[in-house]
Amino acid sequence: MSLNQLTAHELHEKLKAREITSVELTESVYGRIDAVEPQVKGYLTLTKDIALKQAQKADEGFVNGDDMSPLAGIPIAIKDVICTKDVKTTCASKILSNFVPPYDATVMTKLNQQGIVMVGKTNMDEFAMGSSTENSAYQITHNPWNLDTIPGGSSGGSAAVVSADTAICSLGSDTGGSIRQPAALCGVVGMKPTYGRVSRYGLIAFASSLDQIGPFTKDVTDCALVLNAICGNDEMDSTAVDVQVPDFTQALINDIKGLKIGVPKEYFAEGIDTEVAEIVNEAISEFEKLGATVEEISLPHTEYAIATYYILAPAEASANLARYDGVRYGYRADEPANMIDMYKKTRSEGFGEEVKRRIMLGTFALSAGYQDAYYKKAQKVRTLIRSDFDKAFEKVDIIATPTSPTPAFRIGERTADPLQMYLCDVMTTPASHAGLPGISLPCGLVESGLPVGLQLLAAPFDEETLLRTAFTFEQNTEHHLQRPKL
Amino acid sequence: MATIDTDGVSHVANLARLEFNDTETQEFTETLARILDYIGKLDELDTENVEPTSHIHPLQNITKADVVKPSLPRDEVLSNAPEPEEGFFGVPRVIDTD
Repeated sequence: MSLNQLTAHELHEKLKAREITSVELTESVYGRIDAVEPQVKGYLTLTKDIALKQAQKADEGFVNGDDMSPLAGIPIAIKDVICTKDVKTTCASKILSNFVPPYDATVMTKLNQQGIVMVGKTNMDEFAMGSSTENSAYQITHNPWNLDTIPGGSSGGSAAVVSADTAICSLGSDTGGSIRQPAALCGVVGMKPTYGRVSRYGLIAFASSLDQIGPFTKDVTDCALVLNAICGNDEMDSTAVDVQVPDFTQALINDIKGLKIGVPKEYFAEGIDTEVAEIVNEAISEFEKLGATVEEISLPHTEYAIATYYILAPAEASANLARYDGVRYGYRADEPANMIDMYKKTRSEGFGEEVKRRIMLGTFALSAGYQDAYYKKAQKVRTLIRSDFDKAFEKVDIIATPTSPTPAFRIGERTADPLQMYLCDVMTTPASHAGLPGISLPCGLVESGLPVGLQLLAAPFDEETLLRTAFTFEQNTEHHLQRPKL
Repeated sequence: MATIDTDGVSHVANLARLEFNDTETQEFTETLARILDYIGKLDELDTENVEPTSHIHPLQNITKADVVKPSLPRDEVLSNAPEPEEGFFGVPRVIDTD
């Protein structure tokens, strides 16, 4: 195996033993990028000069025998929705095509303190709005398992580069499933922590009551390592929660005897691909073999999650995206007649179609006369969805479901019908409404060779049980070792 | 729940500071109406006595000590401005002098 194919924890051992250098590792990642990135197109910006300097610095630390973090010298890719000081951050939008943040997001400050190597910025759906990464203003990312299919979205680039071994791990963001769904479709591990676990400072806002940053990794151990690095309260984000951050690697215990796992019947209803259902059911029976008890549960408001999401998220987005007006940063239209004309032309030329559609939906749902019927109604249904989960977690420790109702679909297959695209998120949005932590794990391949994801959900701030369950599954199966033949 | 027509789309577009040509207005009207029709599903639920969730954690106002800290230097703040002008953000004339 070449260095770029290994996990962060394997590489850390080699770096510490000085069997390898971070510069060699970084060169190995860029070698792979030269070979496959023209087909995958997962990156919007590569930062090789910065990466090599960071790698040299990490190597100096290892040579000096400094106390090096588990992520020191590890090449990591960053979704282009996260602000990186002095490195262009576009959100895959024309309106931010020239935006160079003068500050780092809190997660970047934290990762840089760990001494990571930043490989580059990854492609995504514009403003994280989409489920296939086809809404990028710049390029279409291809799924490494089958280049004719989508990688999922909105963090499709971050999922694809880990799957293609062009990064060791990556960061994404999840609003309604944008980490979990692409992780499932690209056959990697992806986790959305509890809302409030990770600071959103410097994460370009989409829907502030739902957005959360999280990792893509090749295994559960790496997931715990990245969580250790990025979690924590932050005075720059008043929605970051002041709870203790445990050492998540302590939760990596290969034992789930006596654990109660709930399987919600609503997630296996109509619309789910039969192969996906079979593979996920097999994974769930694996938990029984490992000593957990599995019982059917009901989350009766599941079918309302998408409708609720497509009011709340666009409503919040319409407010958040009001800032793109051509005044302080980003694109400005040429020769406007006056201020209002400048706003309208800048926004109409700078935003893509899906972003405009969501701004329109959200503005409508918040407009005079409709706010109670739409926005407030959706907030109330959000309460019902949350209380379904509250009741379920009185009985079970973990909820297991498919992450996505289907494997990756073909590029272009769903772009004509926005509603069909929205329904991709039917299994991930419910947990988003409740702010729950969720992880997607590889759990097998369908006959056509595409990966299937198993979603595990836990009660708020119980990432440790989530990681323990995921780790036990991984230690006793080999699905995570399957790689695309790229 | 309501639906939306082309006049509604034009009204909302103005509120959102967007502008569409006739073809776009027609397309947005059709897709938004279809999405709103789907969203109408929420009417099946009786939410009369349900409290709305605006945020999932029981957050109170968060305050911090009123201490002056350095902020970004002006030239860095203006470094992304489309038309910086004498230390300010330049914009088209707002007050008509004619």
